[in-house]
Amino acid sequence: MEDILPVYLPIANLSVNGFLIVLLGAVTGVLSGLFGVGGGFLTTPLLIFYGIPPTVAAASASTQVTGASVSGVLAHSRRGGVDYRMGAVTVGGGIFGAIIGAFLFRLLQAVGQIDIVINILYVVMLGAIGGLMLQEALATIRSDGETTKKVRNRRHHPLIAALPMRWRFYRSGLYISPLAPFLLGFIIGILTMLMGVGGGFILVPAMLYILGMSGNVVVGTSLFQILFVTMATTMMHALTTQAVDIVLAGLLLLGSVIGAQFGTQIAMKAKPEILRFVLAAIVLAVALRMLVGLAVQPDEIYTVAPL
Amino acid sequence: MRALFVLFAAFFLMGQRDAILVPAVSQDEVQVRQGFTGTELLLYGAILDPRGQRGGAEYDIVVVLKGPTEPITIREKDRIAGVWMNAQSSDFRSAPSFFAVAASRPVEEIVDERTAAIYELGTEFIQLSPTGQIDPEEQARFAAGLVDLRHRLGLYNEDMSGVTINEQVLYQARIQLPSNVITGEYTAETFAISDGRVIASAIAEVEVRKVGFERLVEVFSQRFALLYGLLAVGLSVSMGWIAGRLFAMV
Repeated sequence: MEDILPVYLPIANLSVNGFLIVLLGAVTGVLSGLFGVGGGFLTTPLLIFYGIPPTVAAASASTQVTGASVSGVLAHSRRGGVDYRMGAVTVGGGIFGAIIGAFLFRLLQAVGQIDIVINILYVVMLGAIGGLMLQEALATIRSDGETTKKVRNRRHHPLIAALPMRWRFYRSGLYISPLAPFLLGFIIGILTMLMGVGGGFILVPAMLYILGMSGNVVVGTSLFQILFVTMATTMMHALTTQAVDIVLAGLLLLGSVIGAQFGTQIAMKAKPEILRFVLAAIVLAVALRMLVGLAVQPDEIYTVAPL
Repeated sequence: MRALFVLFAAFFLMGQRDAILVPAVSQDEVQVRQGFTGTELLLYGAILDPRGQRGGAEYDIVVVLKGPTEPITIREKDRIAGVWMNAQSSDFRSAPSFFAVAASRPVEEIVDERTAAIYELGTEFIQLSPTGQIDPEEQARFAAGLVDLRHRLGLYNEDMSGVTINEQVLYQARIQLPSNVITGEYTAETFAISDGRVIASAIAEVEVRKVGFERLVEVFSQRFALLYGLLAVGLSVSMGWIAGRLFAMV
């Protein structure tokens, strides 16, 4: 396993197959280019599966997601696809969430239940989002691409309208309380810190269906939020868990920034409903794998933690 | 009768004092640097007999290599509401981060269990110094769990034919250090055993340490955490940006 390009990771404290890590980065990079998600939901579990300590995996994956979203944000901002006001509010919530998330992380680690919480979060979040996406994708494919005719009578969720203090978000075409995107960002921030994910796979549907943002700024704004929140998460990890492995992050980045470019090019050619179907299938597969991991007796039931 | 006893005792005392173990290690420092994939330590030496003869009696050699110890919590998963999650735990004050035993013959053929336990001649005899509630049976279960876990990680090993002895004088043991060893002082204890008794022992030390870039990264991340975090962020942003630029040109 370690024969091809052995690379020693100074923080994770072990030697890995460098080629395999770059390849993993490339796969998640393609995903991020294709779907506008960071791909952290795939990186973190796979790194843990490979034998990287979970904390190091989550911390370094968030560093990677930053890099993967940079080029996306640049591309979208050039064509006006980022609502900076909306982005700033969600980032504010996200950073606040990351701080709370770091606190939760430590608390759960101390009582020994961090792994189970992460696993259950993965199963629930990925299962729910994947299920919804699959349903929609299948419906679209069956209706033979008549998506544009789908009428959305409801701009945003009725609860959103009930919140006090309204701001105008011109690019999103919304006049809503900033509390809603702030809260959304907050939740994503916690998840980012706990799960080592950018949260794009939750953010995009939430912005579309809960906030009711206009479709052409959703992906850009979501990437904008991911970019800054993963930066904050990396900083939080560097300061609290000290688990950011810069060599591991560098290898992942090398793969993902290149993969992201290919992903973007494929995305321009492929049919969107097929893409959504594939993403849904991947998300569900990861959720299913996690669920099996929870239900079946693990190979090794003992774990060691420093006292 | 008395004279016989004195003679007997003298013989034994002499024997005990006489056999001298001279150990050496192929390297007294293991450097962990980029590309480190583990290493093989060669622990060798000689059993000397001042009477100028070779050992005469049959010797066996057991080498125990131990890494720095650390206090740990071992957690055990259990099925709760259909889900496998951490349930019970047990604390140990001194779990070695690395433990390897190499012997010239299976240890149970060389010494009895009590002696093996005293000198920690096997992974089942590691002294972990449990703390908290003292239920020997439970502690044994957790200790076995730890040994199994670390054996899978290549950190706890037993090699019952890992020592070769030449002419009852020279011995050599090979012990593998995997890449995931932690840094610190490692002690190699060598025991010469004859007739079920340890007749000589000697200690050699090996230091495992990170050097160069790997050491720099580790120290940097701990002492200048803020700067390290900024560097990581800077790296990811610039790599993403450069890649975007490069591909835009193509």
